[in-house]
Amino acid sequence: MTITLAHYLVVGALLFALGLVTVSTRRNAVGVLMGVELILNGANVNFVAFERFGNGLVGGHVFALFVIVLAAAEAAVGLAIVLALFQTSKSIDVRQADLLRE
Amino acid sequence: MEHAVADPQAARLLWLIPALPLAGFVVNALLGAKLQRAFGKRAVHAVAIAAVAAAFLVALACFVELLGLPAEDRLLHQRLWNVFTIGRLSVDFAFALDPLSMTLVLVITGIGSLIHLFSVGYMADEPSYWRFFCYLNLFVFAMLLLVMGDNLAVMFFGWEGVGLASYLLISFWYSDPEKAKAGMKAFVVNRIGDFGFLLGILVLFWALGGAWMPRQGGGLRATDYQPVAELRALDGDAAAAPAVAGVKVGPTLAFRELRDQLTIEETGVRKRLDGMTLWGVPVLALVAFLLFIGAMGKSAQLPLYVWLPDAMAGPTPVSALIHAATMVTAGVYMVARLSFLFALSASAMGWVALVGALTAAFAATIGFFQYDIKKVLAYSTVSQLGFMFIGVGVGAYWAGTYHLLTHAFFKATLFLAAGSVILGCHHEQDMRKMGGLAKHMPWTRWAYLVACIAIAGFPIANGFYSKDEILWKAFTSNHLALFGVKVPWLGPAIWALGLLTATGTAFYMYRSYYMTFSGTYRGGPEADAGHGHGHEGHGHTPHESPWTVTSVLVILAAGSVLTLFLGLPALWTHAPPLFEHWLEPVLAPATKLFEFRETDHSLEWLFQGLGVAAAFAGWLAARALYKDGRSEVPARLKARFTRAWTVVYEKYYVDELYAFAVVRPLARLAALLAWFDTHLVDGIVNLVGALARFASAISDVIDRYGVDWAVNGVANLTRGAGGALRRLQTGRVQTYLYGALGGALVVVLLNFLLQ
Repeated sequence: MTITLAHYLVVGALLFALGLVTVSTRRNAVGVLMGVELILNGANVNFVAFERFGNGLVGGHVFALFVIVLAAAEAAVGLAIVLALFQTSKSIDVRQADLLRE
Repeated sequence: MEHAVADPQAARLLWLIPALPLAGFVVNALLGAKLQRAFGKRAVHAVAIAAVAAAFLVALACFVELLGLPAEDRLLHQRLWNVFTIGRLSVDFAFALDPLSMTLVLVITGIGSLIHLFSVGYMADEPSYWRFFCYLNLFVFAMLLLVMGDNLAVMFFGWEGVGLASYLLISFWYSDPEKAKAGMKAFVVNRIGDFGFLLGILVLFWALGGAWMPRQGGGLRATDYQPVAELRALDGDAAAAPAVAGVKVGPTLAFRELRDQLTIEETGVRKRLDGMTLWGVPVLALVAFLLFIGAMGKSAQLPLYVWLPDAMAGPTPVSALIHAATMVTAGVYMVARLSFLFALSASAMGWVALVGALTAAFAATIGFFQYDIKKVLAYSTVSQLGFMFIGVGVGAYWAGTYHLLTHAFFKATLFLAAGSVILGCHHEQDMRKMGGLAKHMPWTRWAYLVACIAIAGFPIANGFYSKDEILWKAFTSNHLALFGVKVPWLGPAIWALGLLTATGTAFYMYRSYYMTFSGTYRGGPEADAGHGHGHEGHGHTPHESPWTVTSVLVILAAGSVLTLFLGLPALWTHAPPLFEHWLEPVLAPATKLFEFRETDHSLEWLFQGLGVAAAFAGWLAARALYKDGRSEVPARLKARFTRAWTVVYEKYYVDELYAFAVVRPLARLAALLAWFDTHLVDGIVNLVGALARFASAISDVIDRYGVDWAVNGVANLTRGAGGALRRLQTGRVQTYLYGALGGALVVVLLNFLLQ
């Protein structure tokens, strides 16, 4: 059985879908951040797979590296927000963090 | 005939005569109160007297100028500016002095100055002193306009002006309702006369212009008076007579233009007017009669005399100046000024003379039994004005004017002497509370006596000469008519009535003299309790007035005697009287239109004798009945004929008659109109209001339930929608994410579906 592009894309789609579910259902802010990582990495798999089975240049790899760096930065900022959120409301439950409402 | 303009040098200053009193009026009107406060009353009367006296000096200069001219050319005139020009009518603001107006101007400014001087003493205690002098100057100004006006428009302006000044001065003490009412009465009655005067002017204007206006396609050019030849051409009558050069024909208000076109036969104007009628009345008679109605009002003739006795409510100098010497003679002046017009209608002359005679007799009888010294003089004035109208009515224009002059002197003397008496008796006017004043007020007494002699008609003072001439001319008049029918006996009848009136005049004047000055003083401390008026220092005995008063009295009394030389009859001197000669150029156009009956000299001597006899009869009767207040006869007669006495004392109830016949109906009419106003007019107004309110109520309902519902509905809808939508914004990140996911899902699905 050869592993084709479709396999990679299915893995990427699964990762994306799992991340999306995590982001939208988790109450824990850290969990939400982790869901975001899953979504980003689902996209990364797609980038790399398209590069491998596509035109064979290095654009997809570069994009994947960018996404990893971006994910690291995003995690840093996200965790900082979570910390700040915790400091203000003693909770990291995203359902209770509705300060943007007003 | 148009006279050449006399020396323009003198004529250039003519405007000064009326302008000076006007200046005095303006100064006192604007600054009088301040002057009086800052410099005292002296400043106020200095301005006023200086203004009138300066006008008198200018008038004197003009008089000298006139005397220096040949008799036919005695005319100074000055045209100041054109007031308006409408079509062929051009009205100038222009003054003219001919012998007639010169006489009046000298009387007005001369006697006016003296009366101003008199007022200084008489009004000394008056707080609004400046107002009095201000009005007096206004009066002099208006009267000068009336007299000096070169056309009917300026004359009418003055005519109204004197009416105003008279009103202001009669109700000078306006806080007393009686006096304010007297002023209003004078004004209203004068308005009636003025209306007639104005109508007369308008009918005259119509008759001169309207008659040939619509001819041949509206033929005349609207530029200037038409030369006679042109007029004749229009009339289709060109061959009749040669044109008279220089005579303007057509509508005009200027006296000399009127005179020329009416009296110069060749113009054809007179012929035309003789044939004209208006509503069946000959137009010349109608014009003259309407103008005479004006004179009736201003000069207090029957039936419009009622205001003059009430006008005595004004201060006494006013009574002397306005209601005796000058303003009330304006009607006489007007008739003399328009003599050429009146002389054209025998009926008009008849009416003027008849009304004059009836007024003279009627007013004299009222004078018999009055107790108020000023009322006696007021009725006497009405009566003497009647004599003047007899004079100008029968065509003895110079005699009427001469009586105007003599009357101005002796009646001013009488009024001022009465004023002096009133002042001396602490503002008492009732002759029953006087008596014996001869020894307290010698100057006043002698002045009053001289004036009495003059008015009664003794040949040692001026009144005899004017009255005698009037009555003689009335007797010999041969041309009077009534309703277009010649009435040969009218002249003698007027003479007889006049002679009886002259007797009566002597009687009531001497009655007033004896009641006031002879016997013993009947006023006492109890009679004038409460009267202070600043005379406390003099106690209660009467006292002679200050020198400003007595000196004026002396001058006027002297004038009453000296002016007799102006009218010495031709019978005595075999030359026409000076005054007749003086006025002759002005009056000739009128007097040549009719002739008096020829009689021999013996009859004239007889009539003069009768005149003197009448004066003696009146004097002796009064002396017997009233001297020293001792005779019981007056009281007995009064008791015997109580009813007749009461009727005369109550002035024949004329005022009551007026109240019944005119005032009450008018008041009723006014009440009716008021009812109409409050009920009908107000009803309609209220109905309209109610309708509007009803309409607005409907509008209110529509507004509240229609418009407001819609507006609130929109607002509620918006709020509801907003309330619903705000739920969407939860602030929770995940909810938004659902939204984004849902959106993305929809986009994807649509993508599939649309493929």
